[in-house]
Parts: sequence; C-alpha cells; structure tokens
Amino acid sequence: MTARIGVVTFPGSLDDRDARRAVKRAGATPVELWHGDPSLQHVDAVILPGGFSYGDYLRCGAIARFAPVMAEIILAAAHGLPVLGICNGFQILCEAHLLPGALTRNQGRRFINRDVRIRIENNTSVWASGYDLGDEITVVLKSGEGAYVADEQTLGELESGGQILGRYVGGNPNGSVADIAGIVSEAGNVAGLMPHPEHAIDMLTGPAADGLGFFTSVQRAIAVA
Amino acid sequence: MSTGATSTGAMSAVTAQDTVTAAAAAPDRPQPFAALGLTADEFARIVGILGRRPTDAELAIYSVMWSEHCSYKSSRKHLRQFADKAPATDVLLAGIGQNAGVVDIGQGYAVTFKIESHNHPSYVEPFQGAATGVGGIVRDILAMGARPVAVMDALRFGPADAPDTHRVLPGVVGGISFYGNCLGLPNIGGELAFDPCYLGNPLVNALCVGVLRHEDLKLAAATGPGNQVILFGSRTGPDGIGGASVLASASFGGAGEGAKRPSVQVGDPFMEKLLVECCLELYRAGLVVGIQDLGAAGVACATTELAAGGGTGMRVWLDQVPLRDASLGPAEILMSESQERMMAIVTPEHVPAFLATCAKWDVQATVIGEVTDSGRLEMSWHGALVVDIPPASAADEGPVYDRPARRPDSQDALIADDAAQLPRPGPGSEGFGASLRADLLLLLGSPEGGDKTWVTEQYDRYVRGDTVLAMPHDAGLLRVDESTGLGVALATDGNGRYCQLDPYAGTQLALAEAYRNVAVSGARPLAVTNCLNFGSPEDPGVMWQFTEAVRGLADACQQLGVPVTGGNVSFYNQTGSAPIQPTPVVGVLGVHDDVRRRLGSGFGSPGASIVLLGATRAEFGGSLWAWLRHGHLGGLPPAVDLEAERALADVLVTAAARELLVCAHDVSDGGLAVALAESCLAGGTGCIVTLPADPATFLFSESAARAVVAVSRGAEPALAALCAQAGVPALALGETGGSALEVSGLFAVPLDELRDVHRGVLPALFG
Repeated sequence: MTARIGVVTFPGSLDDRDARRAVKRAGATPVELWHGDPSLQHVDAVILPGGFSYGDYLRCGAIARFAPVMAEIILAAAHGLPVLGICNGFQILCEAHLLPGALTRNQGRRFINRDVRIRIENNTSVWASGYDLGDEITVVLKSGEGAYVADEQTLGELESGGQILGRYVGGNPNGSVADIAGIVSEAGNVAGLMPHPEHAIDMLTGPAADGLGFFTSVQRAIAVA
Repeated sequence: MSTGATSTGAMSAVTAQDTVTAAAAAPDRPQPFAALGLTADEFARIVGILGRRPTDAELAIYSVMWSEHCSYKSSRKHLRQFADKAPATDVLLAGIGQNAGVVDIGQGYAVTFKIESHNHPSYVEPFQGAATGVGGIVRDILAMGARPVAVMDALRFGPADAPDTHRVLPGVVGGISFYGNCLGLPNIGGELAFDPCYLGNPLVNALCVGVLRHEDLKLAAATGPGNQVILFGSRTGPDGIGGASVLASASFGGAGEGAKRPSVQVGDPFMEKLLVECCLELYRAGLVVGIQDLGAAGVACATTELAAGGGTGMRVWLDQVPLRDASLGPAEILMSESQERMMAIVTPEHVPAFLATCAKWDVQATVIGEVTDSGRLEMSWHGALVVDIPPASAADEGPVYDRPARRPDSQDALIADDAAQLPRPGPGSEGFGASLRADLLLLLGSPEGGDKTWVTEQYDRYVRGDTVLAMPHDAGLLRVDESTGLGVALATDGNGRYCQLDPYAGTQLALAEAYRNVAVSGARPLAVTNCLNFGSPEDPGVMWQFTEAVRGLADACQQLGVPVTGGNVSFYNQTGSAPIQPTPVVGVLGVHDDVRRRLGSGFGSPGASIVLLGATRAEFGGSLWAWLRHGHLGGLPPAVDLEAERALADVLVTAAARELLVCAHDVSDGGLAVALAESCLAGGTGCIVTLPADPATFLFSESAARAVVAVSRGAEPALAALCAQAGVPALALGETGGSALEVSGLFAVPLDELRDVHRGVLPALFG
C-alpha cells in the first residue's frame, strides 16, 4: 500500500513543495494540508515543513501552533500518528509541546546554510527505521534559530530514553546542546529535525541522496502496517 | 496657503488640501518645485501641459515620475541603442519598457529576469536598504505573471578593512539574507568585490528571475472602462516618501508636522510571500486584466503607468487607500514607497472572487478606483478633485536630456601607464617558483580573490528544490521542468577597473564574462539584463563613461546575438566630486537543454586531463594581480574578441551536451592561477600542470575568452576535434589528482594550505 502523507502549508511555509517532492520520490502519496482547514484528510502521516510561518516575527513557530490544523495533529499524534517537523516544523512541534525543549538563535547569530553530517542515533522511529544505527548522512542545514536547548532533566531523559534522533558530526554548526540535530518523542512517532532531509534526495539538486531515507522509512513502515 | 478643499472628514490633513479648483483660482501661488528636484524649465513644462499650475498632488506625481530614477531622462537617449542595435531574435516575448523582459526558453516556458540597484538606501540603512532591494525586484518579476524562482546579487564595497565597510557589508548581507530567505527564494549567485572607490557609495544590485507559461504573460495596462482598480498588500505608510527627502519641505502638502519622514523603506518579506502566492492564485483563476507592482514612486507610478499603458483614463479615490498613518495627505500617499503592494485591474464581476482570494491569504485588498475612457487620470480626496492630468505626460513623456559628454584628459595618462612594464617574476630568476607561489597566495588570500562562503552561507540556496548549481560555481543553474530537464542559467559580471581604463571595452568584457560563465555550465546564452552604476550624469567625464559603456554593450550584444531585455540605470553614485569607477553589471540568461548534463567548476576525480581553452597573451591592465601585487591600475584592459567568445561558448555547450567534460571553469579575475586553485578547492582534488614559456603570464594574465576544463576519460580526441573545428586554441596542461596544486618544476601548494588561505579571509575580517 502507498502511504498518504500530509504536508501542511502555513502562511510563510517555504519547503512544503520540496517535502511533497521527497514524499513522492519515496513512493508515497503527498497530500496538501492547509493551516486553516482542520481536516487531516485521513492521511497516514504528517510533515510540518520548513519556512518562516507567520514570518517568525514573534518566536519561531509560536503562532503556527495555534492553527486549526494543529489542534487535529496534536490529537492524532497522541494516538500514534507519525509526525515529522523539519526546521520550522521542528520549532512548531516544540511550541506545541509535542516535543520537549526549544530551538534558539544560532551561536554565531547568523543564518547558516551549510551541508552538514549527522549521525543516526535512533532508528526505532518510523521516520528513521531505514537507517542503521551509527549511519553518518549528509543533509542540509539552513536556519537562523537552530540551536537546540533543553533543561538538564529533559536532556537526561532524552539521552537515557534513546530519544536523540541524530547528532551533528565533524563540528557543531550552531551551538546546539549535545550536538543535537533531531529528536523523537517518548512514544517515537513524533520527530523533529533541524537539518533538511528533503533537500538531500538526489545528487542533482542536493549534496547527497542520504535524506531520502526518512521518507522511504515512513512509507515502508506504513505499507507493512 | 489657499485651499479649496470641500472637506468631509475630521482630520486636519483633509481640510488643507490643494485642489484643481484652487489651482485655477490661485495660479500664482509659489510651489516648492526646486525642493522636489524639478528645474524651473521642467516646472514650466508641467504648467504648459496642464494649462494651469499643478496642485500639490500633481506636483508630487510629476516630481517623482520625472525624476532621474523613474524617467531615465539623462540616459534614455542612449539606451535607445539597445533597441536600435538589437539582434534579430524570436525569443523575446516582452522587451524593454515592460517591468521586466520576457524570454521564450522553449517547451511552452518563458523566463523573465531583471537586475536593479538599491545603492543609496543600502548605504543609508544597509539592512533595510538591501532587504527592500530584493523585495522590489521580486515584485517586478511577479508583475509579469511569473513565479519568482531565484535571486542573485552583485555587491561592491569599500576596502574590506575600512571601518565603514564593517557597518555596511554585514548589514547588506544580513538584509538580503533576511528578506530572500524568509521569502523562500534561493540565492544562486552573484558577485562580491571591494575597491576604495565604493567606500562612500557601495553598490547593491539585486537580480530576480521568474518562470511562467507563455499564456500567463501579464502586462501593465489598465484596459476596459468600468474595470476596477484594486490596491492590495500592505497598508500605505509614511516610509520612503520621495526617496530622497523631497517631501521634507514643511510647507508642502499641508500635512504639517511629521515632516521628518524616513526615506528608506522597511521590508516585510512575510507579506511579500503572501502577496506572491496570492497573485499567482489570482492569475491562475483568470481574475486579473492588468497588474503593476508598486516600487519607486508608489501609487503615482502605478496609476500613471497603468493608465498610460492601457491608453485609457482612470478615476482614483485617494481617500480609499488603506493607511498605516491616518495623517497622510494625497501627495504623501502618492509618493509613499511603502513595500509589498500591488495594483490590479479587475472586471467588476470578478471583484468578489478577487477579494475572496486575497482574504484567503490574509492580504488586504481595496477598490480605490476605476478605469475610464476620459484619457485623464483624475484623483479625488474626500470629494474634491486633486489630480487631473493626462497620464502619459507623467509616465512616458518626461524630459529627455542630451547631457554633455567629454572624455577626461586624465584618460590618456591612465592608459599610458602600461601594466606590461610592471616587474613580474621571470624564469631563471632567484626564487622564481617561490615568488609565483607567493603571488598566487596573495591573490587567493585577498578579499577580492578569497572564498565568499562567509557571505553566501547566509543565503538559502536550496529552497524550492530546483537549484542545480550555485556558489561557488560560475553560474547559477535552475531546473525548470523536472521531466525534461529544461533549465536556465544566470550569471552577473562587472569589472570597475576594466571600465575605468576603457568603459567601452570594459563593458563588453563584463558581458563576455557573464556570457562565458553561463556557457561553462553547459547552457546556451540567450538574453541580457544590465544595471548601469555610474557617478553624476552632470559630470561630462562620467557621461562619457556612460555613453561609451552603453555603446559597448549594445554593439557586443548585437555581435553575440543576445538581446538586452531590460535593465536599470543608477546615476549619482559618488561621494563629493569623486565618482565610483564606472560599474556596469551585466546579467546573462542562458537555457540548458538538460540540467542533468550540467558542468560544475570543481575537479571531481583524479586522472582527468586538464585543458586550457582559448589564447593567453600578456594582458595585465586592470588585472587583480596588478592591483594587489603592485597597487597598479593603468594601461588597457584585456582585448575583447567576441568571435572568440562565441566560438568558446559553442565548444563548451556542445562538449557538455556530448558529455565530453567533467568540469569547466571560467578564467577571469586572477587568471589561470586562481581558476586552477578554485577548481581544486571546489572539487577537493589537486592537479599537476606544466606551463609553457613565461609561466607568470600564463598564471596571472587575464586574457578573455578562456576556460579551463577537465576532460572525460577517453574524450580528449573528440574535444580536440571540436576545438579545431571551432578555431578555439586548446592547450593540454596536465591532469587532476593528488592533494596539491602543483605547477611542475616551479611550486606546489597543498590543498589544505590553499583552503586555509582562501577560506580564512572573510571570517578573519568579519568574524
């Protein structure tokens, strides 16, 4: 079966088209979801794409989390719906308390667009089941507020619970605590990634094809379910 | 001041307006036309057109529409050459005079692109000045019916270690980053250069490219009497009024206090993103008859150009314009350059659907007028007529000046100071190899020749997922069609040093380099845009530079068969009496038949033959080597050979299509030495080359019409045959491989050292 994967467009979403392309490339069916429409259209999974929702003029993701579609996503996530937030999507998931911690201003105070290496540290989530533990992959970081922070207790829980999805290797680009590039929820169905896997799905338009694995992982997980 | 306003509102601004009736009744009232930048002759001409003195609002319209910025009054006479000498072509769907030129790229697609300056605002307020420069050019592209798909920028600053450069450069880069990234447009290239002449006058030129289907082309014309005029986007505020403080006159406009208006606009890229998506949805639904963006001169420009473009009239209720500041009067509303606004012409039955689409995107939209058949642009303010003019008189029939141009006497001495006399390392001399090595590292470790990642890393190059090539490659390359691989390549170039020495040849060299940069990616050059940055046109020496540059560009475009589709002139780039070096920035657009066969600039794998295409002569005039090694600027720039450029481009495009090459890189600033180093670093692979006699010339001369290529294994004979047939000299230099750039028998630089020197420059300066 082909997974139907919803990609939400908020006002100011930018990488929604790219996320839909990656979904399609992975063999799944992309479904456009609109921020103002609470219907999830019976999708099997949801991606919150990158961008600057509402201009990110307040705090990144702080307004988008109140969109009508988010109420449904929060509800469905509690019942196990796979949700992946990329960049601004990760920020929205933190604001919505579907993931712990927060994303803050880069250490260098500047926007960074850089090809980065990350090491996969959790492959039990439906979003990363196609990777081997310890795989080092190249994806694209492009953000101004990508430094992950959390209090010590939360960090301890993330570490001990195996909730670190990936860490930067070969240098920490933005001051993220413990080199964290992405995390998953305690239940494992909600994932947040600061770098963009959807910009690394082929060698023509990206630095590598390594990022496609996130999309094929969820497609396979849903297909066999 | 006299007033004839029939006020209905409670605001003081309403009661104090000058009206058409008042203007007729008080013909002799003094008006501040000089403070608004109009000459006495120009003012007299307005009175002649109207048969009476203009109202304050009318004067506002003429002052901005007849400004150098909007009317091209000093350049128009010369710019005609671009049309007069235009090569025969069938690729132009819309040309000069529209918001941007539109080029047919095949398969039903068209591309529109344009470059524009935002120099002065970026000096006054670097962050917002540069940000709104991006926003403005994007709306130009949007107004053609296209989806904007990428931006580029050409930047010039004063010396990299000058304190003011540390105020201006980070702000400009931050502003471009902020606006472009938030808008979701990949930044795919551009230029960055430094020279003392730009210290008090940096250049910020922004380019945008958009894609549309042929049938989606939109024009700025208000047709169909009865059709409605809708202003949508941001509210109108007091920002950017008159651009250069022309409204600072407290006696003007009757607005009283609030005379200190900011002259630099403030950008809201989020609103622009909504505006882009909203416009594209309106276009798809067929709800738009005509459209115009609001940039310089705001509502004044949009209404006059739409009405003039449609050959119709227009009635506008200025009091209907949504305001951020309720105290604005009609003249200020007309001149405000508030960002993120568009104006559309819509048939009455489509107005509800139009407004509903705007509401979906949270974009404010207001009917502010209607198209008429009167041939007049009439504007009212709370019931009183404040503007009644023939729209073309403001939009198209501004003054045209034939300003005196004279070659400066100093030009002879400059040319006589030949760079060929500069001492350069000679074979057999003590430490020959070591001095060549030192010169290479000097160039690579300079702000001009150094790596630009510190800047480009702040720009999103990936968004939209169609970026095939971007920095550090020679051209930006975008995929247009995922199924066929059709794409477009873009490059901008300009060299102030060359143009200082010879503006005619220097401008042709700028075109040649951009043309070559497009060709090295494997794309066929198709069309040209330009941003002509010069000093004051009232200086005959500057005017000579300008006329030579325009003539050079028009002649070269004719010879290369690439039409100029539009552009922008920026005069008055000078601090005091010292103008900037003449800096025409030329953008070339090319079409790539299949982006999967694109060529990058990096040596990717070991064992490939390296070949230098084109002829090398001892040409050091205006070169980076002469400037950095000797602080010298003199002599003549490299010779222009457009037939050689065309032949080289043909070879590159054919070789790319036949997959004969693994990479190709333009040889320009810093010569072959810098080109080889850049190819090594871009691909992470070294090379070993052997140079013929006079290695210093081979390494540092900037002879044009050259490229360095790495050849696919076994394709050497095919490439040699292709070059022989095209008459392009091909010199085998060596091969890729190893972890150093090695020039046999002379020197070697390990890649790590090369990288440290190259990448360390800007971070060391800017943190």
